[in-house]
Amino acid sequence: MSTQVATKAESRSRARRSTRALAVLAIGPATVLAGFIWAMLQPYRITLLDPAGQGFWWLVSEPPLYVIAAGLFFHLVIAPGVVADSEEGGESR
Amino acid sequence: MPPPEHVHWWFATGLLLLGLCMLARAIVGADVWDRRRWRRYLWPGLLFALGIALWPVTVFFTSSTMHTIAHAVWAQVTMLAGAVGLALAAGKLRHPLWSLTMPLALAVSGAAFLVHEQNGWLFSRSAFVHHMSGWVLLGSSLVALALPFRPRSAALAAALGLTFVVLAVVLYADRDVAPVFGHLSPEAGVPHR
Repeated sequence: MSTQVATKAESRSRARRSTRALAVLAIGPATVLAGFIWAMLQPYRITLLDPAGQGFWWLVSEPPLYVIAAGLFFHLVIAPGVVADSEEGGESR
Repeated sequence: MPPPEHVHWWFATGLLLLGLCMLARAIVGADVWDRRRWRRYLWPGLLFALGIALWPVTVFFTSSTMHTIAHAVWAQVTMLAGAVGLALAAGKLRHPLWSLTMPLALAVSGAAFLVHEQNGWLFSRSAFVHHMSGWVLLGSSLVALALPFRPRSAALAAALGLTFVVLAVVLYADRDVAPVFGHLSPEAGVPHR
């Protein structure tokens, strides 16, 4: 039985995300949360919840869902690369 | 045709994305943000696209000559700021004073908002949104004006990004006929939720 199990230890500076990276990572979830809270406070702004009698444009326009979609897009598409580049640059602020 | 309030919400979404990108750029710095080529073109490309999207608004929402002229001028300066941003990102333009097209676009956009709203602040929520957006844009043009002279200022860059987020919030609040702070002129029409 081999006991030579070696794991790669990440340096502390690498393992701990910088403040800037954390700030960028927080933007998307904060936006999604804002959209979610808005949807809770004004559910009538989401016409899909009660679509009867609504026309095409009213069913297309769902502002709280737009906010949630923008936050998700930022978090999933834009933020990961920004954070990776930020940490690659060895930022510690 | 979609109601005007829907158009405002679509533009609000574009402005929200633009604001989030500019905010992230301010946080990590232009050096890190510009490290990937596609990201370098992202915010000026988005601004240019918003300028293009203003042309259908110009063509289809012609409730007055003032509206048409305001939308057309607005579309032109937004496209100009976006195009200059793209050229600066590509290295086709180098002089930092080209960045002054951004405060120009914001100032003209603010003036366009104010000029094509003929009613007072509390006439209806739509009128309030137009006045509010106009003054927010004029204020942000001063921030954008300072940026070329303090290009490494994270505070100024973040303030500009947050301006677009605030503008998005204001536009999302728009309803064609709805009260604002309990006020609604009887001439505005029948309110709906």
